[in-house]
Order: sequence, then C-alpha cells, then structure tokens
Amino acid sequence: MAKWIERQRNIIDFTLSSLLRRKRKNIALIFVYIVVVFFLASVLFFTYSIKKEASMILQGSPDMIVQRMVAGRHELIPISHIDKIKGIRGVSSVKERLWGYYYDPIVGANYTLIVSDDSQLSVGKIIIGEGVSRTRLLFEGDAMEFKTYDGAIVDLEIESTLSQKSELVSSDLIVISGGDFRRLFGTPEGYATDLTLKVRNSRELPTIAVKIAELLPDSRQILRDEILRTYDAVFNWRGGIMMVILMGALLAFIIFAWDKASGLSLEERREIGILKAIGWETSDVLLMKFWEGMAVSLSSFLAGVIFAYIHVFFASSMLFEPVLKGWAVLYPHFKTVPFIDASQIIALFFLTVVPYTVATIIPSWRAATVDPDSVMRS
Amino acid sequence: MIELQDIRKVFNTGRPNEFVALHGVSLSIDAAKVTVFKGPSGSGKTTLLSLVGCMARPTSGRIRLFDREITSLPERFLTEIRRKTFGFIFQHFNLIKGVTALENVMVPAYPDGENHASLKERALNLLGLFNLSHKAHSKVEWLSGGEAQRVTIARALVNNPSVVIADEPTAHLDTKLSKEFMEIMRRLNDEGKTVLIASHDPIIHESDIVHRVIEMRDGKIVTSGIAS
Amino acid sequence: MIFHPAIIALLLGSILISFMLLYSAFYGMQILKGWNIKSGSELQLSLERRTYLISTVMNYAIGFQLLSLFLFIYTADYLHTLFVGAMCAAGTLNVNHWGYPAIMMKVINFLLAGLWLILNYTDNRAYDYPLIKKKYGLLLFITPFIVGETFLQSAYFLSLKPAIITSCCGTLFSSETQGVTSGIIALPRPPIEAGFYSFMALTFVLGVVFYWNGKGGYLFSLTSIATFLVSVIALISFICLYFYELPTHHCPFCILQKEYRYVGYLIYITLLGGAVSGLGVGMIMPFKKINSLLNVIPSLQRKLTGLVLISYAIFLGTVFLQMIFSNLKL
Repeated sequence: MAKWIERQRNIIDFTLSSLLRRKRKNIALIFVYIVVVFFLASVLFFTYSIKKEASMILQGSPDMIVQRMVAGRHELIPISHIDKIKGIRGVSSVKERLWGYYYDPIVGANYTLIVSDDSQLSVGKIIIGEGVSRTRLLFEGDAMEFKTYDGAIVDLEIESTLSQKSELVSSDLIVISGGDFRRLFGTPEGYATDLTLKVRNSRELPTIAVKIAELLPDSRQILRDEILRTYDAVFNWRGGIMMVILMGALLAFIIFAWDKASGLSLEERREIGILKAIGWETSDVLLMKFWEGMAVSLSSFLAGVIFAYIHVFFASSMLFEPVLKGWAVLYPHFKTVPFIDASQIIALFFLTVVPYTVATIIPSWRAATVDPDSVMRS
Repeated sequence: MIELQDIRKVFNTGRPNEFVALHGVSLSIDAAKVTVFKGPSGSGKTTLLSLVGCMARPTSGRIRLFDREITSLPERFLTEIRRKTFGFIFQHFNLIKGVTALENVMVPAYPDGENHASLKERALNLLGLFNLSHKAHSKVEWLSGGEAQRVTIARALVNNPSVVIADEPTAHLDTKLSKEFMEIMRRLNDEGKTVLIASHDPIIHESDIVHRVIEMRDGKIVTSGIAS
Repeated sequence: MIFHPAIIALLLGSILISFMLLYSAFYGMQILKGWNIKSGSELQLSLERRTYLISTVMNYAIGFQLLSLFLFIYTADYLHTLFVGAMCAAGTLNVNHWGYPAIMMKVINFLLAGLWLILNYTDNRAYDYPLIKKKYGLLLFITPFIVGETFLQSAYFLSLKPAIITSCCGTLFSSETQGVTSGIIALPRPPIEAGFYSFMALTFVLGVVFYWNGKGGYLFSLTSIATFLVSVIALISFICLYFYELPTHHCPFCILQKEYRYVGYLIYITLLGGAVSGLGVGMIMPFKKINSLLNVIPSLQRKLTGLVLISYAIFLGTVFLQMIFSNLKL
C-alpha cells in the first residue's frame, strides 16, 4: 500500500514539474477550461438560487386561489361567493383579494398594486417598492400622482418604502388601501380580483378544489403546489436552454482539448521516449497523463466554480444582466442568497471534466505507447 | 547468462518499407564480462542490444535471461525485469531537458514506489562517485559533454543493475574523455557487472578490459571471437 | 422533457460511457480473433498496446458509471417536487414505466462493471495474460447491458413531464397497492429479521474461514450475494423504519435525503461494495489452477474477502447504531 502511494507521489511530482516546464502550452488550455466552467457554473448557480428563493417565498402564498373565468379570461369575482365556499368542509378561511396593474407613462413601467389586509394603511397613503422609489425618485413623505379610470388625478402620500431585502419580489409593488384601490380602478363594491383560501389539511386540497369546481362552475382553482411546480419547470427550462446553448462552447472546448492533447511537441515525444527507455512502463506513462489531466481539470474546475460563485452571489450575475433584464424597466437590485449543493457540482463535473477526460484518453494512450527502443533508434 | 536463439527482427512487416534488422542471430553472452559489438551502422547492433536489454520483442526466435524465457513476456513484466537488471547509456545521452541532474538520475526509479527521500540520497551518492555533487542541482543543459556523460552513467546505475548496456558511448567524446569512460567501465566490471558496448570506436575495441568482440554486418554475426 | 442541468449531464455522461464501451467492444473482438501471446509479430504487439487503451477506457467508464448511479438517484429525489404525489425518488421513478427498469439496470451494470475490473486486474498480474479471451468475452457480454441502460435512462428522462400524477412512496410502499415492494412489506417481519441476521452471520463465518484456510470459496461467494439481496429486502421491510422513526414508512430511497444525513449513500455503497467483492471471489475461483495465476489469485481473493467483511460490517454497524438510538421501538 505504501509503495502504491509512493509511486503516485513520485509520478505526481514529475507530472507537476513537467507541466510547469510547458507553461505556455497549458495556459491557453486552462484559460479556456476555466471560462467554460465559469459560464456553466454561473448559469447553474443562478437558476438554482432563484428557484430556491422563489419556492421559499411562495411558501407564504395562500393554499388555493379561486378566480372567475368569463369566456376564457380572468374576471372580477363576486364577494358573495365567499359564503358558499366557507361552507365546504376543511376550509379554514376565505378572503377577498384586490390587486391589479397600473401603467405609469412617465417612466413607461408597470406597477403591481395590491391591497393588503395585514397593514393598517389609511386612505390616501401608500407603501412603495424599491424599484418604484428608485425609478421615480420618490421617497417617504413625497406625494405620488395617479390617474383614475375615469380620468381624475389622485395624490397619494408615500408612507414608507418596502425593505430592500425583498426587492426580488417587491421591486415594482405598491401597497394601497382598499378604498383608494377601488377609486383608482373603479372596481365595484361587492367584487374582488380573486379569493384566497386556507385549508386545515393540505392533503385535502384536491378534494376541496373539486368541490369548488362543482359549486362554482365558472371558476378556476389554482393550488400553490401547482404554482411551485410551474415555476420550477420554467426555471429548469430556462436554465436548461442556456446550457444547451453553451453546449456549443463546450464542444469547441473539447475539440480544442483533443487537439492540444494530440499535438505532442517534438520535445514531449522525446521526453516520453526517454522515460520508456529508462524503465517506465506504458501504464506509468498513462498514470502520468492521468495526473496531468487531473491537475489541469481540477484546478480549472475549482477556479471556474469559485469565480462563478463570486460572480453570481457577490456581483449579482452582472454578466447575465442583459439577458435577464429583457424589457424590464424596473430591474431589481438583488443579491441572490448562496444556495448550492452537491448535485450541482457533480452535474457540472459531468458536463465539463468528464468530456475533457474522454477527449484526452486516446491522445494520452497514443503518447504512452511509444516504443522504448525508438529512442535508441533515433 | 543471456541466450539468443535464432532471433529475427522485422520492422514494417508487409509494407513496402519492410526492413529485416536481424536475420536469425544466435548468441550466448557471459555474465561479468565486457563484450563489445562492432560493425557499421545498419548492421543491427543497436537492435540486438535493444532485444538483449528487454526493450523490444523479437519477431521470432527465443531469448533467455538467467535461464528464464522472456520472449513472450508482456510489456509490464519485461519492463520490470529491464528496470531491475539493465542500465542503459545512450549515444545521445537522452537526458530530460529542463530537469536537474539529480532528478534525471532519480527518474528511472520512480515507478518502483521507493521512498522519495532515500532515493534522493542514493542518487546524490551516485553523483558523488562521479565527482558531480556540485552539479547535482544544475539543469542538464548547463553541463559540459563529459559531465552529461557521467550523469547518464549515474542514471544507468540508480537501480543497481547487474548489466550495463552502452550504445556508442564515446561518439561525442574526445580521446581523454573516452579513456575516462573506459576506466569507469573497468570499475563497474570489477564490481561484477556485465558490460555490453556497441561501438565502432577503436579506443573501445582495443581497450584491455574487453573480453570479447562480436562483429556484425547486415543483421548477422560475422565473428564472435575473443578479444585480442 | 425537463431541461434540468443534472439530467443533461446524466444523458451526456451515459452516451459517452456507451460510446466508450462500444469502442472497447470493437477492439475487443479484434483481440479475441487475433491474440497470440507467443508471437512477436507486429500485429500482436499492436494488440498488446491496444489492451492498455481498453483498460484505461474501461477504468474511466466504470468510475463514471458509479458516479452516475448516485447522481441519478440524487436527481430523481430532487425532481420529486415536480410531480403530484411524489415525496421522494420512489415517486419520481414511478412517473413512467421506464424509471424502475432504468435504476435496476444501473445497479446491475455497476456489479457487472466491477466484476470486469476484478477480472482485468487478475489478468494483468500474470505474465501471459491467461484470461484475456474470457475478459473480452465478458466485455462483449456487458456492452449491450450498458447500451441498454442508456436507452432506458434516456427514455425515462425524455418522457418525464412535470405535474403528472404519480404515486408517492407512501402508496407505493404500503401494503394496499400491488407490486413486489408491497409484497415485501406484507410479509411478516420476524422471518425476515431472522433471515437477515442469519445470512449476515453466515457470511461472516464463511468469510473468516475462507480467509484463514481458503476453503469454501464458492459457498462464501454465493452467501455474500444472497446476503446483499436479503439486506435490501430487510431494508424495505424493517430497517428503514428505524431511520424514519415511523412504522409505516418503508421507502428505501428517502434515507438518501438530507434529513437523514445522507446515510443512505453509506448504506448503499457498503452493500454494493460487498456484493461486487463477494461475487469477485467466486468469479476468479475457476482460474486458481492456471500456472501464471497460482500466486495471484489466492491473495487477491483474500483481499476481496476482507473487503466484503469490512463493508458489511460498516453496514451492520450503521444499522445497529440506528436501531439502538432510534426513537422507534418495534
């Protein structure tokens, strides 16, 4: 056992020194390797962390949302339905919910307005999100102008701004009182945007949803789990599409690696010939090539992952900003919380180190099977 | 000690550049003697040495080493035998550039998994025997011809082999250094090592330490006599 | 299809592994046809050089295979949130009828690949490659299994669509539903417990005997693989309950989750390791009499036996620890 360890140690020693001797050739390869790992890892980390945050946030959303559909579109729902739903066994609370979108022509942004029954907001006061505040340069105490559905102008005072920590979801949010909401949008009394439900036992959700469908045939029931799954699927899909696009870069990298591995310089060929001649066996040379690959792979992988981590979790993925921002006017300043786990690292490993290793197997073998007596004959 | 029976070695079989290096050579080499192989280039002496030294396998025929047949041993075992039994001194030195003299001497022993520190000590001792201690940590590019020659000899001895094989060792050396080389060979032979040299340098043929001169031409042995 | 990066990675990995195997099989056939150790011809020399390549390729392939087995389970577990009713990997695998066959195949391939590695190692220790033909014959036998696994795994992932209703391990692994697994739970517990402990004890006794004087190798090998199977049954039947501290939670996949400190990985690695080593002992037994292997096989068998005993001991130790400290008392 000790012999085996010493043998590895000796060969690793020699491998590292020979890598250092050929710095120039390997630098280009390592640079490209790091860049490839960096991009793949950034995409992975970013999508995963957003997914995690979204699912954490959604935990606080209602168990079920009931909306009224007319001709396939979402319409206002009568508040009187609440009594009908309350009677269903297993439902612990039913509440009305008012929310909508407001277009601000000054900056060309869409705000989400919501009536919260938690905060005791008095009429005439609003709470705005960071993004709104930043774009309109409005702060606590300022007045914000709104145009109502019938053309009148309403001034609402900003009571406070939502915390920066919640920017990812609240950037474009405005919390408003019920009275002001109805004044702005003209939503008649007795109607709400939708209804939210809490149930006692989440396992009953599908049954309750079925009962509501029977009771209110023109409604649709949205379960929180369905939302979670849909978000998950969308993020997976987005992340996956990016990966597939990056496959092109990956393929180019593999071809580059193959080429580098196959293109043994005269010097290298001679060196291996000498090793074979003085007593190294093919499997010793193969071992050396293995450690060479490992040294290159592991250092590039590590560096790429670390840079990606810094990029995503400290620099807010700024390289992806153009892609993510799209047409968004209110782009949130958010710091994603570091969420990584072993499966991401292993997946990254399979996507980068494994193809690289496979591409270099045959060139390494060709190099290692040089005849020992070739050195004598030359 | 080493027996060759009807050895043939063919390169590039079946192709237009097919070349027969050895045409049925039979030979018996004694241990603890100095044997010199003489002949023009292309006579097959280098091929013969590489077969004797377990560096290659014959196309047909048999080779026995210390009474053990090694003809069809797979590379793994052949290399192990070679590493433990033979030390090679090459015509063009064949030292690894960019590496120190000390490390060059140590490299042949790496695959055996010997403890690094003790290997280093042994290599330093060997370099000391050849008055090269002060150059142990110099890169081999900075050594003179004679010094490089002595490093290759030290390297050949690192695994304490019982046979030393030298291929045209004096081709790049002046008379003084050539004579020094033969003195080193005498020392090794006095320790009981077998020495095999391929050369067409008269300094070597006419040296008094040589026990036997084998003359080759066109892949065959012409004379396998005793030295004058 | 779900575009999760781990899925892309698994698919890519398994395609690469299949290619490596097909490549090796192609050259393996050449070796089977033209190998002649006694000859010094250039064909023979090039075939010998080629075996180095195939050895290297196979070593890598098997390393990746092992990693991908665990990545597969991890991914199946991770994806359970996308399917209604799936609480862990068991539910995810049940979404379509490719899931369970894919994982069975992966486990079988792991065992086969491990066996090939042992055979290769043995063959390389002898000075005349005595097992070369058998080795490549085995390679040709394994290749369709590995390629088959790529198909199964791809079919599984390609037909995965989220939000499909599937059964959770609760319904899969409870006694009401049909199937092998529910059959296991329906079995009365005492005989399974007794069977588990006796097989384990038998393995240890036979193992020590074989280690000492080399007798009873075949019996030991058979017993060790039987113990592997019995252990898996026992896991589902009663061992898992101690980990979950719930008398109705029989799923063998949930122990791989973070809540249980990933102890499932330790359990499965030790069980699989023991199974492969045990099978290996039996596999190389017929070659004991070959001249060039006279010194090689007995010592290798002892090393393998040691591996079996250590692996199963770690497994038992983990299980016992949990049984003692678990809040559940049966």
